[in-house]
Amino acid sequence: MRDAHPSPVVRLRDVSKAYPGGASVLRGLHLELTAGEYVAVIGESGVGKSTLLNLVAGLDAPDAGEVEVCGAPMARLGDDQATLLRRRHIGFVFQAFHVLPHLTVLQNVALPLALNGLSADHAVVMLAAVGLAAKGQRKPRELSGGELQRVAIARALVHRPALLLADEPTGNLDPATASSVLALLRRQVAATGAAAILVTHSALAAASADRVLRLTSDGLVPA
Amino acid sequence: MTAARLTAALAWSALRTQPGRSLVAALAIAVGIALGLAIHLINHSAVAEFSRAVASLAGEADLSLRGRMPEDVFAALAGDPDVAVASPQLELRVNLPGRREPLTVLGLDPFRAAALAPQLVGRPVEAPDGGRGPAGGGLALLEPDVVFLSPAALEWLGLAPGDRLPVQVGVATRELRVAGSLPAVGAGRRLGVMDIAGAQWTLDHPGLLTRIDLRLRPGADPAALRARWADRLPAGTRFETPGESGERGANVSRAYRVNLSVLALVALFTGAFLVFSTQVLSLLRRRPQLALLRVLGLTRGGLFALVLAEGAVLGLAGSVAGAAGGIAIAALSLRLLGGDLGGGYFNGIVPALSVSPGAVAGFVALGVAASLAGCLVPAWSAARARPAAALKAGDEETAMARVRSPWTGLACFAAAGALLSAGPVDELPLPGYAAVACLLVGGLALMPWLTARLLTLIPDAWARRPVAGLALTQLREAPGYAGIGLAGVLASFSLMAAMAIMVASFRVSLADWLDHVLPAQLYLRVGGGGETGFLAPADQEAIAATPGVARADFLRSRALSLDPRRPDVLLLARAITRDRPAARLPLVGDPVPVPRDAVPVWVSEAVVDLYGVRAGDAWTLPLGGQGLPVVVAGVWRDYARQHGAVAMAMEDYRRATGDARVNDVAIWLAEGADPGRVQAALRERLGAGEGLSFVEAGELRRISLDIFDRSFAVTYLLEVVAVGVGLAGIAVSFGGQALARLREFGMLRHLGFRRRDVDALLALEGALLSAIGVAAGLGLGWLISQVLIRVINPQSFHWTMDTAVPWPLLLAVSAVLVALATLTSVVAGRRALSVGAVRAVKEDW
Repeated sequence: MRDAHPSPVVRLRDVSKAYPGGASVLRGLHLELTAGEYVAVIGESGVGKSTLLNLVAGLDAPDAGEVEVCGAPMARLGDDQATLLRRRHIGFVFQAFHVLPHLTVLQNVALPLALNGLSADHAVVMLAAVGLAAKGQRKPRELSGGELQRVAIARALVHRPALLLADEPTGNLDPATASSVLALLRRQVAATGAAAILVTHSALAAASADRVLRLTSDGLVPA
Repeated sequence: MTAARLTAALAWSALRTQPGRSLVAALAIAVGIALGLAIHLINHSAVAEFSRAVASLAGEADLSLRGRMPEDVFAALAGDPDVAVASPQLELRVNLPGRREPLTVLGLDPFRAAALAPQLVGRPVEAPDGGRGPAGGGLALLEPDVVFLSPAALEWLGLAPGDRLPVQVGVATRELRVAGSLPAVGAGRRLGVMDIAGAQWTLDHPGLLTRIDLRLRPGADPAALRARWADRLPAGTRFETPGESGERGANVSRAYRVNLSVLALVALFTGAFLVFSTQVLSLLRRRPQLALLRVLGLTRGGLFALVLAEGAVLGLAGSVAGAAGGIAIAALSLRLLGGDLGGGYFNGIVPALSVSPGAVAGFVALGVAASLAGCLVPAWSAARARPAAALKAGDEETAMARVRSPWTGLACFAAAGALLSAGPVDELPLPGYAAVACLLVGGLALMPWLTARLLTLIPDAWARRPVAGLALTQLREAPGYAGIGLAGVLASFSLMAAMAIMVASFRVSLADWLDHVLPAQLYLRVGGGGETGFLAPADQEAIAATPGVARADFLRSRALSLDPRRPDVLLLARAITRDRPAARLPLVGDPVPVPRDAVPVWVSEAVVDLYGVRAGDAWTLPLGGQGLPVVVAGVWRDYARQHGAVAMAMEDYRRATGDARVNDVAIWLAEGADPGRVQAALRERLGAGEGLSFVEAGELRRISLDIFDRSFAVTYLLEVVAVGVGLAGIAVSFGGQALARLREFGMLRHLGFRRRDVDALLALEGALLSAIGVAAGLGLGWLISQVLIRVINPQSFHWTMDTAVPWPLLLAVSAVLVALATLTSVVAGRRALSVGAVRAVKEDW
């Protein structure tokens, strides 16, 4: 699903964001991310890590500065255009898995393919890639937390997005499972050639990235 | 904090977190209680007023002899050694020129009545000059043309003592002098009192009595007196105690009142289902929270009590508000419409509102019970849930597994079938109503199973687009959730459809019946529903000989008492030939042959039900002061008289009674005759101004159907309320489901669903679900309508009808319901998503 993007997949220029109460969360952020690059963003709670992901995904708008994803200036996109960009070029992994309980595992993974009008065949391949080939017809309630996060990773990458956004993907997992999920995530991102932003508290998770940035009140700085 | 206080605090906080849905559920209960209580209070007030009127007529009598009888019965009875005082009465419904409703006039002996019912003795008003002015003095009590009117009658007629009251006797108008009032007669009762001899003479019923009130000597046994006189009384008369009279009067309208009350409780029933679906959805959404409470140490019993406490709060709030509303509605209705409620049973009675605290408390308790009943299954299910499983997301449909089984629904249907084979209880179709309730509960219980089956019938090819595919998958995988959401709409729409089919069937059958019983072009009635207007033989000859009249069929109608415990039936004597009775009567089944020397009568379906006679039976009618042997030659359908009617040939009637008067005339016009000119000619020949009323067949048909529609106005109103409650149920259900799926919508937005994709998803789900609900509602409604048509109506009103389905109405309402449900679903989703996709995926609960 990925196009050739000679320009950075993600570009943030002097991005600032404050909450409605007036408290400034992000101030003067700069970031460039090229295809295949795997970046971890760490920082204290409340510093704005998730807000950063929402700005990149077009789910929130900056107060100042520019956000470009796959060359598209997010501020100039309407809600529908931003949604379509997200549908085609971005994959999400959440801390709380967020799989649809009434769909089978395979149906959950195939959801982005269906949204993009693509054949569901690749969902089977993706499920096998995350080690759940035998559980495609199971319901999510029959899976463990680690397995659910594997489903979420498969769903996030099944349509070969240019960018993966992962928000604390191992926050709900035990260390052993978290380790295996991170390895899987790293492997699959590499396999698809996507750029990835991993927001995490975990030093273990951050260690799996190519580059680790710390988000502070002064912006993104190398950790 | 005690366990009870903890339970109350948790219940209150749960209700407060979803105030909109709690309010709608409480409102649904309130509507049901308000309607039920209002109808109860109106009926109770009307019946109480009616009973007061009956009691005031009887006064202090121990026993009354009722029925049409000659005067010599009074002389014999007054001479009985056990009788201390006997007071004769002639009660007539007197026709008033220019008015449709007659006035009840009692002729009585003021001196004898003073001992038994002094409130019925008129109070003369002295003329201003102290002499015997137009109002009359004390002697006026005995004058033949003097009447005393109750305050309600004076107000109704716009008269004052001293005025003149024109009354119709035959086709002539006579004037009575209003000599005073009857201040002790109840405020709601329209009544006139005359001296009995004056009434017999002036109103042309010489020698006739309709009632003799008796006070027995101390120690005398009423039962012994009854037994002694049993064989000596004229046919058609019977002894009654005042209690029996009141009961008989109230029985006249009992079936109608019970039907209305049941209809009002439909709204409550729907409200209970609304509480049920609200609680189910709320509990499903809160499963992890409740599981956490269990993990923290809340017992199964404590959780069960918690959910029931929520229901009790909803029920109590709704019931108290509903009770206040019901009292207000009843007071307003009595002021604006009287106590009649469209049934026509309490015309002439203007009751005051009588509120019994017991009834109000009873209805409040009923509302709480309905709400608790709605909570019972969800509470039980929540208490039984295993906390470990309930803590996991996606466990909701597992909790619904029990609901998806068809067995409960099928068992309810089987119970309905068993109930339908039982007959009425105390002449009320209680098993029929119970069967309707079973069908409703069964239908609701079958809904999740049925929804799942129907959804599998939809080909996958129809849902290729991702939104459609997701909607179909969602519904297929969670039919329990969806089916619960449909409870409100199914309950209200099926009842609405059932009522619509029943009313349409009734109306079509009534229209056919009118076509059959109104074959002539013009109808002439002497006066309204009173007993003093009639056409004498000379008038009848004049009518038949009037130019433009090709043929005139005369009809004599009068009340006939066949059973002292029941209201009178109507005897109709008309031109019926024994060979072709179907030409005049809408027969049900074939007529049976009658021996040439026997007197044939044709009875209405009500007579078959109430008196147990069948076609071919030999029977005795109390006619002409003696028993007349007759043979039942056939059964006919009669929508005009639910207490029964007996038709016989005019010549047989005249031979048996010697009564040659008639009340109505059906007139066939000569070819080319102008109806207006014929009417004018008849008025000129008969010389009766406002006493004659002419109506053309088409007009009579229209008036009859208008009366029908008016009678069902209350029914239509209650139907609208039930559907409104059902729609509120859809809003509550879809709103609840949208909130419960908030995280799902948020995640879909992250994956690339546009807002309009989420709208489309919800619209598709709403449309599909409501279409299934409406289709199931139509099916269930048809089943319930058959119970109404074939069981409840015949048992309540003793008439049958043919089924006619009002497809245009039902399809229009179905389309509106599906459209509204779809819209509601989208609006609910939009409201839920207003929190934003980012926050939605962060929601933990």
